Amino acid sequence: MKWDWQVFFQDTGGGQTYLEWLMSAWGWTLSVALCALVVALLVGSLMGILRTVPNKWLVLLGNSWTELFRNIPLLVQIFLWYHVIPSIFLTLRGVPSFVLVVFALGFFTSARIAEQVKAGIQTLPKGQRYAGLAVGLTLPQTYRYVLLPMAFRIVIPPLTSESMNIIKNSSVAFAVSIAELTMFAMQAQEETSRGIEIYLAVTGLYFISAFAINRIALFIENRVQVPGMIGGGK
Amino acid sequence: MTALDFSFFNWNVISGFVIKGFFFSIQLTLIAMIGGIALGTVLALMRLSGKPWLVMPAAAYVNTLRSIPLVMVILWFFLLIPLLIGRPMGAELSAIITFTVFEAAYYSEIMRAGIQSVPKGQVYAGYAVGMNYAQCMQLVVLPQAFRNMLPVLLTQTIILFQDTSLVYAIGAYDLLKGFEVAGKNFNRPVETYLVAAVVYFIICFSLSMLVRRLQQKIQIIR
Repeated sequence: MKWDWQVFFQDTGGGQTYLEWLMSAWGWTLSVALCALVVALLVGSLMGILRTVPNKWLVLLGNSWTELFRNIPLLVQIFLWYHVIPSIFLTLRGVPSFVLVVFALGFFTSARIAEQVKAGIQTLPKGQRYAGLAVGLTLPQTYRYVLLPMAFRIVIPPLTSESMNIIKNSSVAFAVSIAELTMFAMQAQEETSRGIEIYLAVTGLYFISAFAINRIALFIENRVQVPGMIGGGK
Repeated sequence: MTALDFSFFNWNVISGFVIKGFFFSIQLTLIAMIGGIALGTVLALMRLSGKPWLVMPAAAYVNTLRSIPLVMVILWFFLLIPLLIGRPMGAELSAIITFTVFEAAYYSEIMRAGIQSVPKGQVYAGYAVGMNYAQCMQLVVLPQAFRNMLPVLLTQTIILFQDTSLVYAIGAYDLLKGFEVAGKNFNRPVETYLVAAVVYFIICFSLSMLVRRLQQKIQIIR
């Protein structure tokens, strides 16, 4: 077999080269992943916190949320957002598929993040919560000033791997024709028949993206660590 | 809000479209689980052997597969296997090979953590009473390690079952595809996707409840 990397400088027929298309696909992958990550962190933290509060209805809400979004395959969830929700709620008909995929991936990941946040809060000694309440802080204040600052530091490593997973999982967006890397791989492979070169480039970009997220997370972890405390190390 | 109409859903639809896909999903899950655990055990033992020429290839295998999206792995295998064997291969068989190879990487990490969770003193005790490496593994370490990792292995299998829906990328006929084809035939895609979600949820939720019960039952109290 002979390599043919020239394929990336061929014209796609749409006035751009395959290389330009590849780069825009990478942009879509990163945009889907990062927007979904924001949704997942916000919703996941909220649900994770609800699962630890002393109110059984809120705990039930958090638990149900987690079970619902954890036990349906991501691809099926994406189809639900893309096909089912707009036809039940007609007002959502005009929403671009990018937004739907971001919510699908974000909510899917939020279940996993809720699990980590809950575990992070629960590893803190119970005394911290009691101490916060005993000095007269309200429950939200106890969370804001006592529990969450430590819990979030503890869960940075698992959240890092979830962030890397979100890059990988964004590949499922190909199923609803988001022009991201996997979609590019499938279409460009078909058009050019240079599957190996195309797939290698795409796989390489997934590697780089995940690695970059890993480095950023490590940087954040080092910046926020509390010396001598859990998750602080030194 | 448009009205949903489930009336077309009868036994004929289920037996005509869904059952075939359901059996393929189950078959794919079971084969990939058994093959993946077997291959994963070998990989885990290689990584724990302490010999660089065994550790390095196993680590490379596991780390590479774990950093590529599953959909890309499915596409890679679908592209590469026919090139290697010189003739086309069906999407179903290609999916079975891909999932076995891919899941082995994930199972091996679980096995490795499980084996490492057994205190070192147990291994020394085994050697002290005159066992060799194989005996010590088989009689002392693995029985305890297996107990620790069984719930995690089963949870991974539930994830595997969910991931089988990704064979959509190469057009294999699995459970989701069965629902999709039924939806297209009756022009009721919305209803079939909803039912598909409910079916997946019921299967995965009840399995994860069972795993949770099992976990409480077999926990080793230290």
